Amino acid sequence: MAKPKVAFYWCASCGGCEEAVVDLHEAILKVVEAVDIALWPVALDFKRKDVEAWKPGEVTVAFINGSIRTSEQVDWVKLLRQKCPVVIAFGSCAHLGGIPGLSNFTTREKTLANKYHNSPSVDNPDKILPQLETEINGYELELPEFLPAVYALDQVIEVDYYLPGCPPVPDLISAAVGAILEGKLPEKGSVLAPDKSLCDTCPQKDSKPEVMKIESFKRVADSSPDPDTCFLAQGYVCMGPATRSGCGELCIRGNMPCRGCFGPTSEARDGGTKMLSAIGSLLDTTTEEASERLAATMVDPLGTLYRFSLPTSILKQRLG
Amino acid sequence: MPEDSFEPRIVGFLCQWCSYTGADLAGTSRMQYPPNLRTIRVMCSGRVDPTFIVQALAEGADGVLIAGCHPGDCHYSEGNYRAMRRYPLLLKLLEQFGIETDRVRLEWVSASEGEKFARVVGEMTARLKELGPLNWKKRSAEYSGAA
Ligand code: SF4
Ligand code: FES
Repeated sequence: MAKPKVAFYWCASCGGCEEAVVDLHEAILKVVEAVDIALWPVALDFKRKDVEAWKPGEVTVAFINGSIRTSEQVDWVKLLRQKCPVVIAFGSCAHLGGIPGLSNFTTREKTLANKYHNSPSVDNPDKILPQLETEINGYELELPEFLPAVYALDQVIEVDYYLPGCPPVPDLISAAVGAILEGKLPEKGSVLAPDKSLCDTCPQKDSKPEVMKIESFKRVADSSPDPDTCFLAQGYVCMGPATRSGCGELCIRGNMPCRGCFGPTSEARDGGTKMLSAIGSLLDTTTEEASERLAATMVDPLGTLYRFSLPTSILKQRLG
Repeated sequence: MPEDSFEPRIVGFLCQWCSYTGADLAGTSRMQYPPNLRTIRVMCSGRVDPTFIVQALAEGADGVLIAGCHPGDCHYSEGNYRAMRRYPLLLKLLEQFGIETDRVRLEWVSASEGEKFARVVGEMTARLKELGPLNWKKRSAEYSGAA
């Protein structure tokens, strides 16, 4: 039997997801043994016309990482969707919008101005911005459009499965590849990770006090948490209660509160408001004034609660 | 929309033990208050997950009222403290999304405070008329739509 063919593609991403594939170490040899890689821009030289020439279904699975920010990315993922029976959103950006999604906190215009006009290292006296079409020496040059906002993959094309994480961890990638090869994929639309909250698997969970009382919000930027005590109990916003497990608790073991890259479990529509509900209940206050004072010590709720998921949150972006 | 014809849509989450009864009293006592509130009866103000509030705003509400028993009087003893603790955090978050904090109001209304209930709804309606429609769904679709 011919080996199944798979494709890897990247959109607005940092390259970490590509790194995650390489991080499979020896396991990658097993993958390469079992499948043929038909597209992988970071490592192999394929062109768009090669993909256009694929027969439908010839390449079984497309792993797509990165969020969507340009018209070119939209074209590519639509093409891959058209060709591949299975599309997997790979990593937090494709799954939830990811870190680039924080750009939805501001407008396209401000983002462009920041990059091309106001950045201290930019010299652009004529305030030129990238144009879709430019004529230079008689040549027509084209650039993709910078879209109004950042999108998760399933806001642009239909997605069959999600591999969460920034980046996804080797165990989950191997398990997903195994499930594909054996034809044992779960129900369409599933996130290929456990559906329990991180607190359930956290090494710190036994240090959670019976009744948690947050007296003030702390940040790792200003102070260092005690590595043996639940972060939330210490006042560090740890997204564990509202985040899916499966990451191997890497951040927790590195003395870093969970930042939520796996997104919420299937029970929660919006990880940010879910977390807000959880921490709000834990504040050690009994009056409105004290609650306000305590709330004031939480720096940047939006960036903290939606670090990886702003584009797929209920409100999606700042307006006005 | 001309300002005077704008009728704000307010979603009200009322706890069934105090505030819902208070609203009922306002009704049975024939107190006048604007018809802008769509009431959702909940067991307790502590049950009002911030997700519900945000969802209401995202789907067309111009404002959201959460009303519960006075602190100390919650039927489940602590529920309204939860509501009270979450509220200022939620306002901070909404502000970052560009939503005026006056659109979301938390009030304590006992079963005998029909008058207070009518006043709160009146004040809130007036304030929302000043702020104008939120229109999140439409504005959001217009701004970022489908890619
Ligand atoms: S809140 Fe964070 S540190 Fe505490 S148990 Fe949950 S995941 Fe672990
Ligand atoms: S029952 Fe009324 S606020 Fe809890």
